[in-house]
Amino acid sequence: MKKIVFLLAISFAFISCNSDDDSTPVNVDLVLNFTQNWDDTNVRSSDIDNTVYTNEMGHELKIARLRYLVSNISLTHSDGTVYNVSDYNLIDLSDSSSLTYDTGMQIPAGAYTVSFVHGFNEADNIDAEYTDLNTAGWNWPKMLGGGYHFMQFDGMYDVNTATSMPFNYHNGTARVSPGVFEQNFANIAPQNTINISATSVVEIQMNISEWFKNPYTWDLDVYNTPLMPNYDAQKLMQDNVATVYSVTTNLIP
Amino acid sequence: MKLYFIALLSLNLILFSCSGSDDSGPQAILGCTDSNAVNYNSNATESDGSCYYPTGYTLEVPQIFDLILPPHIPTDNQLSVEGIALGRKLFYDPILSGDGTQACADCHLAENSFTDPRQFSIGIDGSIGTRNAMPLFNVAWNLDEKFFWDGRAISLEDQAFGPVVNPIEMNNTWPNAVASLQANAQYPNLFQEAFGTSTIDSTLVAKAISQFERTLVSANSRFDKFSIGTGTLTPSEENGLAIFMDEERGDCFHCHGNPNSPLWTDNDFHNNGLDSIITDIGLGEFTGDPNDNGKFKSPSLRNLAFSAPYMHDGRFETIDDVINHYSEGLNDSPTIDPLMKTVANGGVHLTDSDKADLKAFLLSLSDESFINNPDYQDPN
Repeated sequence: MKKIVFLLAISFAFISCNSDDDSTPVNVDLVLNFTQNWDDTNVRSSDIDNTVYTNEMGHELKIARLRYLVSNISLTHSDGTVYNVSDYNLIDLSDSSSLTYDTGMQIPAGAYTVSFVHGFNEADNIDAEYTDLNTAGWNWPKMLGGGYHFMQFDGMYDVNTATSMPFNYHNGTARVSPGVFEQNFANIAPQNTINISATSVVEIQMNISEWFKNPYTWDLDVYNTPLMPNYDAQKLMQDNVATVYSVTTNLIP
Repeated sequence: MKLYFIALLSLNLILFSCSGSDDSGPQAILGCTDSNAVNYNSNATESDGSCYYPTGYTLEVPQIFDLILPPHIPTDNQLSVEGIALGRKLFYDPILSGDGTQACADCHLAENSFTDPRQFSIGIDGSIGTRNAMPLFNVAWNLDEKFFWDGRAISLEDQAFGPVVNPIEMNNTWPNAVASLQANAQYPNLFQEAFGTSTIDSTLVAKAISQFERTLVSANSRFDKFSIGTGTLTPSEENGLAIFMDEERGDCFHCHGNPNSPLWTDNDFHNNGLDSIITDIGLGEFTGDPNDNGKFKSPSLRNLAFSAPYMHDGRFETIDDVINHYSEGLNDSPTIDPLMKTVANGGVHLTDSDKADLKAFLLSLSDESFINNPDYQDPN
């Protein structure tokens, strides 16, 4: 009977401890997933060279290669605390290891907003600075301002015809004129709040179809290739990127 | 409660009796239990004092390669002075071939940047291959570790296994090759010095050859000197670089590196518009994916001065032929890389002047000191 009394006492002690814990947030592992979709359809590596998509202008296209860079990902807690989670990530649709990023961080569960940069901002877009990106050949030519690509999106369009044509939707610093360059990155800060818990991962989504619309309905017959030195094309990409990304949470698979 | 205690006692008795029966169970496996030793035995449960440590060798990273990630040296095949020397001897020794007449070096000539100046190599039986031998340099920086034109080897060691037993190359069997080495007056001792065992096997042969190949480093071209500030380029070479980096003209850099990515290859696979009808399917044969048909590995543009002929099948005898291909000779096919952006017009149509400058730049990537490096020559 003494034991029972002792056990009851211990139980009460634990229960009261639990009550105290309500004011202490639970820390959770922070994992980012980078996913791609074409409107309501997920895009996976198996879709490369296989699946036909129709863009806003009506061109039918296939994706051959999709790589892009996001940097300075940060999460802002509802209490105002900012967590900087990643300097940069090079995402490659064909490389599954690039689609998940375990930050190694623990953050309090709760409500957050997410922000990041599409590409590099001017302070970070330093020519030759990053050995892993150099190894990946991710560099942007010096004659176009140097630094790094923000995106390399290659494919074929008019694939429903006998004369399909290549496009190289490559994005980076814009060259105004020889030796004169203009920043071309984009700050991405979706307004929605996401709730991060122990069972969720943060998902940064790219809707590929949005590169071809909102606000500019992209005409691949006008802008296909080469686009890197084309100032107008580069600035239209910067306009269209605003609706490309979204952020949500998903259950841990 | 009593029953509970009795059950526990019974369980203990059973467990103890089981432990007792273990005395006659598996014997300890003797061997080297230190994973840092070259003869580490992961199955060994008890050290027998046999662990062996050859003389460690650190691959020197040239200044220009500070721009990129460090070389990949497998943990289970660390470089050693003895291992490299053994690999070099094997590389130049015809003992590995079926009739003792052909060495690796017969189709990978140092003076040709370790490729074959013939379009196709000829095997010991006179068989003619279907692809040009790949040059060998900077292989430790091939971080994806896909080797051969079609990427079918998944490590350098894996690659080294192939030619010895390929019927149209050295046409040997590994048991026969190993027996020849084992019967040789020198090799058992050399394997002992390199790997701590005089018992030779194919894995150790491949490891030794791979060690030597990882020391083949080329990073001292005129362009390298220009990049690190110890040399200059001619105006023609500088203009050639501009053409190379210009998406409206050469646009070579998307597959062949750039001054900040100085391997001058992406180590990836592309269909670069050689044929409208693809007969040799390349990467597709290895992956089984028809979308990979006609894709071959981008070769490095280093040492083109020594490594003719060009392309996977050695179809182009000169650099001019290669430039003309990209300028006017592109052929469309279902798997053409979209980076071949001007395929509809047959190519980008460079001017003669641009072609000459592009060629001048490409030749500035050649490294005389590499092909003449005494450490890479025949030691036999």
